[in-house]
Amino acid sequence: MIRKNTQDRTRSGATLRSYVTGFALSIYFTLTAYLLAVRHALFNRTLVLVLAGLALVQFVVQLLFFLHLGTETKPRWKLMVFLFMIMVVMVLVFGSLWIMSNLNYRMTPDQINSYMNSQSAL
Amino acid sequence: MINVPATQNTEVIKAYEPDSKTMLGFWVYIMTDCVLFASLFAVYAVLHKNTFGGPSGRDLFSPSYVLVETLILLTSSFTCGLAMLAAARGARKSVLTWFGATFLLGFSFLVMEVTEFSKLVRDGDSWHRSGFLSSYFTLVGTHGLHITIGLLWIAVLMTKISRGNMDANMIRKMTLLSLFWHFLDIIWIFIFTIVYMLGVIGV
Repeated sequence: MIRKNTQDRTRSGATLRSYVTGFALSIYFTLTAYLLAVRHALFNRTLVLVLAGLALVQFVVQLLFFLHLGTETKPRWKLMVFLFMIMVVMVLVFGSLWIMSNLNYRMTPDQINSYMNSQSAL
Repeated sequence: MINVPATQNTEVIKAYEPDSKTMLGFWVYIMTDCVLFASLFAVYAVLHKNTFGGPSGRDLFSPSYVLVETLILLTSSFTCGLAMLAAARGARKSVLTWFGATFLLGFSFLVMEVTEFSKLVRDGDSWHRSGFLSSYFTLVGTHGLHITIGLLWIAVLMTKISRGNMDANMIRKMTLLSLFWHFLDIIWIFIFTIVYMLGVIGV
């Protein structure tokens, strides 16, 4: 019995239970997000936050149950590279959005028009 | 079914611990690929309102179609995991069955995506139409390209498994493939949410 159990594990600590749990939870979160979005169940702002939250939860579920990030032993190099990636991604995505919305905010329609005219005059 | 003596089996397992160098190297590649996708997501987030008088996501996307695509890809990620469990047991037939299922599901996902793309292009809503559509095609198309490469990889590996035996080297290759395939499903969660669901509610 014990022998069978150890054989059912892959080297990364995966078991049938972990895959089934991850699969079921992912389906649940996907369907919830779908129904909320299609029925437009909440006000826009709340809905965006809830959908983002559901995506993040599903991200963590798949990381743990499919990629087995939590089963790593010390030193946790994979986790460190992962956290570094998250940091770069945050800077990249939110930095871009911040800068671009700021540029957008500072550019009035008149400025855009005169810029477009100067471009077409060339 | 291959019968490996217990001692040899543990040695094989030791040689390919998940924190071995190959695994870590491939993990670093996947993380850099995440950064690539993040930059494409950033481009999409910046450009998705620039429809240039053309259609927005709300006019173009069919949520039920995307839901089917999503469930297909999610199931393929699950069957890929089942293939890895079968590989750990040394059951070659089940490995081939589950990888075959993964391939078919991934292929149907790709067919659905190409159908969606070609419909958009036929209706005149190609990447030429607007900044929104350029960034949409780049982001979703890059994911589709990864899926195509993954499918080729599965096909090659299945041929090798059906011919040779499943030694430690083969199991290591399969582990890398399964990492890649799960990663593609993770990227799709964000495409599903950010591109399609937020597109459908019109944010």
